[in-house]
Amino acid sequence: MNSSKDRKLLAYVWRHKGLYLMLLPGLLYFILFRYVPMAGLVIAFKNYSPFQGIWGSPWVGFDNFKQFFSNQDFLILLRNTLGISLTQLVLYFPAPIILSLLLNEIRHNWYKRLVQTFIYIPHFVSWVIVASLSYQLFNTNDGLINMLIKMMGGSAIPILSSAKHFWGLIVGQDIWKETGYGTIIYLAALAGVDQEMYEAARVDGAGRWQMMWHITLPAIKSTVIIMLILRVGSILNTGYEQIFLMRNDLNVAYAEVFDTFIYTRGIQNAQYSFSTAAGMFKSIVGMIMVLGANWTAKKAGESGIY
Amino acid sequence: MAKTKIIKRDARGVKMSLGYRITDVIIYTLMGCVGIITLLPFLYIAAGSFATDRELTERAFFIIPRVWSLNAYKYSINNGNILLGLKNSFILTLFGTVVNMVLSTTFAYPLSKKHFKGRNFFLNMVIVTMLFSGGMIPTFMVLRAYGLYDSYWALILIGAISPFNMIIIKNFFQELPMELEEAAYMDGASEFRTFLTIILPLSKSVLASISLFYAVGYWNDYFNAMIYLQTPSKYTVQIMLRNIVLKASAISDIMMDYYDQNGAPPDKAVKMATTLIATVPILVIYPFVQKFFTKGVMVGAVKG
Repeated sequence: MNSSKDRKLLAYVWRHKGLYLMLLPGLLYFILFRYVPMAGLVIAFKNYSPFQGIWGSPWVGFDNFKQFFSNQDFLILLRNTLGISLTQLVLYFPAPIILSLLLNEIRHNWYKRLVQTFIYIPHFVSWVIVASLSYQLFNTNDGLINMLIKMMGGSAIPILSSAKHFWGLIVGQDIWKETGYGTIIYLAALAGVDQEMYEAARVDGAGRWQMMWHITLPAIKSTVIIMLILRVGSILNTGYEQIFLMRNDLNVAYAEVFDTFIYTRGIQNAQYSFSTAAGMFKSIVGMIMVLGANWTAKKAGESGIY
Repeated sequence: MAKTKIIKRDARGVKMSLGYRITDVIIYTLMGCVGIITLLPFLYIAAGSFATDRELTERAFFIIPRVWSLNAYKYSINNGNILLGLKNSFILTLFGTVVNMVLSTTFAYPLSKKHFKGRNFFLNMVIVTMLFSGGMIPTFMVLRAYGLYDSYWALILIGAISPFNMIIIKNFFQELPMELEEAAYMDGASEFRTFLTIILPLSKSVLASISLFYAVGYWNDYFNAMIYLQTPSKYTVQIMLRNIVLKASAISDIMMDYYDQNGAPPDKAVKMATTLIATVPILVIYPFVQKFFTKGVMVGAVKG
């Protein structure tokens, strides 16, 4: 019985060998470049030394994790990561929502499209270019903003090189780069609103703001909730390319986050096992956050992501 | 004749009263400002890149330089690094995008078939990688063990199939009408041939969107290039730009007093010119990007 099942499967695979052959390169990719690195996480439980290799290095149990959690840097990393994420949540998250509500009030399509064309651009430039623009605008020596401040008799603000401005700088860059592009998803939701609802509201004597409050806003509610959940789910991901580029010796106290720490310890200092443990902690917490967020979304009656 | 006062109404039929019009003016102006502020940093460096260093130290902000100068561009191009970076990035982007598209589409096609045995297993295998990964250090060590350190292959293979993009392609294939495909099978075409001659030509729009996603990703990548490339002649445009603009700036901030006292030459125009050179390729493809990206986001949004 079992063998006839096997034969059927073999016959199926043989008949569709073309499909299986097409799948093969991608499958190899996932195994070699996604799953083998996952297996490489074992070095988090070892004291890896290049001479002994991954399998020859001695097991140390949870020592690397203990060392990471008892490290005085751990709380600083947690504070900075959460600090940046929460600042993003409060200041950057609502920005595309407000912007798309306002764009929705523009009745001249050419003007709306013109504004959209402008505000999508920053999404497509690299973080290196954003960092470069920030240096041109904010450096204390000859940056635009500080030159203006000095011309008006003020003293320069070390935006790029002081710890206390770092979170604001990062979230400011996020707002400039991604707010415009972030409106697309809300505008897509708004495009689906039945225009007859506005008609009906008008008959009832509703004005512009009442329409926005009672029709437009509810129309994007589910999108807002999904985006919020996604954002909360990725609270440990603070965008390390961006932070890595803006971090320097003078602001490092508020700029070091998990990813930059893992990079410094792992790749620069070659503390492979220790930094792998730190990375694994982040991956696991991240996964739990995303799954929890997804579960919450489904509970709230929204369709989840996975 | 009695004067009839015509009250204009907007598309939704709301009366355009005075208050309404004032609100309009405010919203239109505000949106205009948002658009201009978004562009302002680019305009600022574009103007500065054509100005003399002297003007840049004297005037904080201008859109039209008093004295036009191409010195910054001459210096930037003679220095050569940025052109080499552009060339390297161009090769990487072109080659990487082709590899990604081949792998992503061939992987997506079998998974788009509902009857495909093992479909759920393979799909779950992909979804797991969206949730969990080995992380930076194990990935680095594995790629190094494969002998890919200091090779463009590391930059290509580290993200050759984006699970998210692959699923978008798969969903698109799934929605295609079956009739043409079945007709091809009847004529005795192999599955691979059907994929090449029927499926891919029908999927041009989604393939264009995803190609652009991948291409912009390659072009803008900084972190992977920094981790995996060692030989300076292989550096991509992003690394070259960072080395020219940021390394010097980080020092200049610290050495502000020194600069003030000694009047060291501000190399601001050169940095601006280099930044603009690195931005231009993105601006050139922006019209296409805008057309296809918004579509791509919509496809993703519908799925989500």
